Amino acid sequence: MNSDLVKNKFVFTADSLKKKFRLSEFLSEKIITSVAFLSIAVIILIFFFVFRESLPAFKHRPKATTEQQKVSAGNKPESYGSSEVSAAEKKPETYGAVKDSSVTADEVNPDASLRPAEGAENEGTLGSLFSNEWFPVSENPRYGLIPLFVGTFKVTLIAMLFAAPIAILAALFSSSFAPPWLREWIKPAIELLAGFPSVVIGFFALMVMATFLQNMFGYETRLNSFVGGIAMALAAIPIIFTITEDALTAIPDTYKEASLALGASKWQTAVFVILPAATPGIFAAVLLGVGRVFGETMIALMATGNAALSGLNPFESVRTLAATIGAEMAEVVFGDMHYGVLFLIGSMLFIFNFSINAIAEFYVKGKLVKKIQGK
Amino acid sequence: MKTRLKNKIIGGAITTLSALSVVLILAIIIIILVVTIIGGKSTLSWEFLTSFPTEGMMKGGIFPAIYGTALLVIVMSIAAVPFGTITAIYLSEYAHEKSWLAQTIRFAVRTLATVPSIIFGLFGLGFFIKFVGGGMDNWFLGGQLKWAQPNLLWGSLTMALLTLPVVIVSVEEAIRTVPRELREASLALGATKWQTIWKVVIPGSISGIMTGTILAVSRGAGEVAPILFTGAAYYLATLPTSLSDQFMNLGYHIYVMSTQSSNVDQTLPIQFATTLVLLMLTFTLNLAAVLIRSSLRRRVK
Repeated sequence: MNSDLVKNKFVFTADSLKKKFRLSEFLSEKIITSVAFLSIAVIILIFFFVFRESLPAFKHRPKATTEQQKVSAGNKPESYGSSEVSAAEKKPETYGAVKDSSVTADEVNPDASLRPAEGAENEGTLGSLFSNEWFPVSENPRYGLIPLFVGTFKVTLIAMLFAAPIAILAALFSSSFAPPWLREWIKPAIELLAGFPSVVIGFFALMVMATFLQNMFGYETRLNSFVGGIAMALAAIPIIFTITEDALTAIPDTYKEASLALGASKWQTAVFVILPAATPGIFAAVLLGVGRVFGETMIALMATGNAALSGLNPFESVRTLAATIGAEMAEVVFGDMHYGVLFLIGSMLFIFNFSINAIAEFYVKGKLVKKIQGK
Repeated sequence: MKTRLKNKIIGGAITTLSALSVVLILAIIIIILVVTIIGGKSTLSWEFLTSFPTEGMMKGGIFPAIYGTALLVIVMSIAAVPFGTITAIYLSEYAHEKSWLAQTIRFAVRTLATVPSIIFGLFGLGFFIKFVGGGMDNWFLGGQLKWAQPNLLWGSLTMALLTLPVVIVSVEEAIRTVPRELREASLALGATKWQTIWKVVIPGSISGIMTGTILAVSRGAGEVAPILFTGAAYYLATLPTSLSDQFMNLGYHIYVMSTQSSNVDQTLPIQFATTLVLLMLTFTLNLAAVLIRSSLRRRVK
């Protein structure tokens, strides 16, 4: 009895060294692990549900054709001429967007009864996604995504042309030229801009910047892709700045010291040694900036004018993909084609952003690490 | 001699240009602040903050919008902070740094942080309202419409997903500042892993949890896109009283007043004052977070 106790206390056997099973420990670990799965689950759920809700856009086709067949059965001559008619019909509708009521009243009313069927056949299908017209709520709905893509790319390009150079230069200043006490102020100050809600930036662009820029450049439409682009640059600058700054400061001091020891000046070191070494990081920063601008909704809604034009003039109103979702989702009928197309746009945005993030994550980071380690 | 002079000029130009970029960014921040303050300060008063909109939102205050925003961020924090904190604890205490699971979770968190906010809105509509809400109505209410429509709960949960990465990142950063020795001392005294986390790690990182919450609240108060179709209302005559009510929101209020209202010009002072309130709110919260964080960093040093 006594020797048993002594044995238990002082002699370590394989059995006594084993971790004791405690239910509370076991449960807490399992619970914490499963909660940590949540973020992965959310990503998968977002992907699944946004894509699932876009199915009406694909499903619509058979229904549309059957409707068309019914109509054409009783109305044969018309259906033969359908391609001609729809080609002719396209025009008044385009002008109708400019609210020329006399023209639309004359041209549209006579064959108004025919229009839904024609529209279902020619336009309200997947094929129209690649057309050049976005008229989702007309009698003859057309869901051409091209103007939306053109608009989004235009705004993104303008925003990046402004944001990238400014943010990178600012990061260079903060990491290489500024004295340490100043640096400690610059970073949090610029990061405050990241805390500005996008609706505030949008409001500022809409009320103040649009008028100011119009007076300065004298273009016609007050809200256009130029104003929207600059406003979005304000949203992208803090992101690009922060990540670039991190990439620049992550370059080992040995690089800098070697360059200085060889007689290079401070700016030469910054521009020819540190900047090139941090290229992958800066590339990632710009990519994430692009992602931010691409999906920005409120600024686009408020400052780009929201007209689905596909011209290349930067002083023209545009409508971006994200703004289209934001503006039209509240008015659609759940489950119809328009609803599906908006979710389809959403899945495209999601996939685009996901890929951008993946590229920034794996390709760029891997490269950066290799470069610094000199492999 | 000539190249040296040229070098000096280029060097000076680059330094000046980069300094100017910083000045430009700071100037933009100040201009936005000043313009909003000038535009909004004459309308801003205690009465403006505490009264209802009147005469078809042409006059009156923004109390329902403030109240709705407050409810939104409270419900959002209740959902986001515990989950975010637990994920951060998993990442820093349980997971092996190199394990595929931890890597995947980190990737998911960073992806979540870059997903456009409008996608969260779509997800809220497709998942929370149509799937969960529709399911709840079918199972518990026999098809009666209650949860399958935009409301406070779905708006807040959508916003919680958006702010989850903010919480995770701040809490994890704070947990890493808890010295290893404290954990080892606790374990050496016979505490289990969970006891160590509960009694040592969490109390030690409470300021990080606070920073995360503040940043999440600031983000949630300012975002509009996720609640566009998951709960925000244009105008409500009464305050929301339950989770199944719609709510008004400061950011949404600014958006509708400046773009959807019939006479934008007349309500301009109200819009500026609302923007000022929202900007001050998020600005103060961010400033607080920055201060807490910098004191935290100083403590580590």
